[in-house]
Amino acid sequence: MNAATTLVAEVEIPISERGPSPRKVIVGYGFWLFLLSDIIVFSALFAAYAVLSGRTADGPRGVQLFHRDKVLIETGCLLASSFTCAMMALAIELRHKTFMVLGAALTFALGAAFLWLELSEFAGMVAHGAGPDRSAFLSAFFALVGMHGLHVTLGLCWLVAMMAQVFTLGWRPMVLDRLACFSLFWHALDIVWIGVFTIVYLGVR
Amino acid sequence: MDERDQRNNDPADLETPGEAAGWKSGLAKSLIGLAASIVLTLGSFWAAGTGLVWGPGVPVLLAALAIGQMGVHLVFFLHISSGPEGTNTILALAFGVFVVALVVFGSLIIMANLDAGMVSMDGLMRMQR
Repeated sequence: MNAATTLVAEVEIPISERGPSPRKVIVGYGFWLFLLSDIIVFSALFAAYAVLSGRTADGPRGVQLFHRDKVLIETGCLLASSFTCAMMALAIELRHKTFMVLGAALTFALGAAFLWLELSEFAGMVAHGAGPDRSAFLSAFFALVGMHGLHVTLGLCWLVAMMAQVFTLGWRPMVLDRLACFSLFWHALDIVWIGVFTIVYLGVR
Repeated sequence: MDERDQRNNDPADLETPGEAAGWKSGLAKSLIGLAASIVLTLGSFWAAGTGLVWGPGVPVLLAALAIGQMGVHLVFFLHISSGPEGTNTILALAFGVFVVALVVFGSLIIMANLDAGMVSMDGLMRMQR
């Protein structure tokens, strides 16, 4: 009976009159706006790549440079790290420090493995004379994929900083908000990577 | 103490863990998201390498798989929902998609147009003669 009246009361109050949303919703929304603006930055780099992908200046073409099996492993690393990051978020919800550290360590290791594969790919390309200065196609490629790699690097630094904060500051609301934002950031990077591997590596001409 | 401070010190936010029911559905959601992502990713790599799909249809298939996987990530990992708390999030997402489409397709159309209007190197040489 009591629960039913509460439910009716909740339905009858319009959303505009319910007062401020819970802290979690407001923080998530604010960070979501940042993520969308970051995705718009990426869209400009995607546009540049789409326009310039055919301008190889008689240099090496994408087909000769990209290895799909390597990209599949990179994609697997990033996808798995997205999953372990979700596991870390669950451990945080349960306030379970051991599981959180386990999730964070796996997320970090998989993210670092992704970054290592990407950097070795870049180094191999530069060694074969296919650096960003070779053609407009390669400039656009290094700008787009490098920007994503830079985001992953920053994410890894952020993750380390968050672990330090949990152990020094504890489960403060401020720390929990930052952890939630980190999780959103990491998943958003995976969404950008879907665009990268589809357009750059699979849509290669 | 204003309202914001009160919310910062809300005891519900501190040491208390979430409900036990929360993590089970959260785990199930993540596992569904992971499984769907794996299937869609392998589907993309298969579609790009196979000869079974009609050539001109491959980019369309790749785009569909990528958009599907982005949707899976949004729903299962970023927890974008159409609930009352998610209205603003969805509106912002719609605006973001709109701006992204403007930037990407706008650039492609303008650059293709400029490219078509460019005088080729040979043409330039002939004009100088």
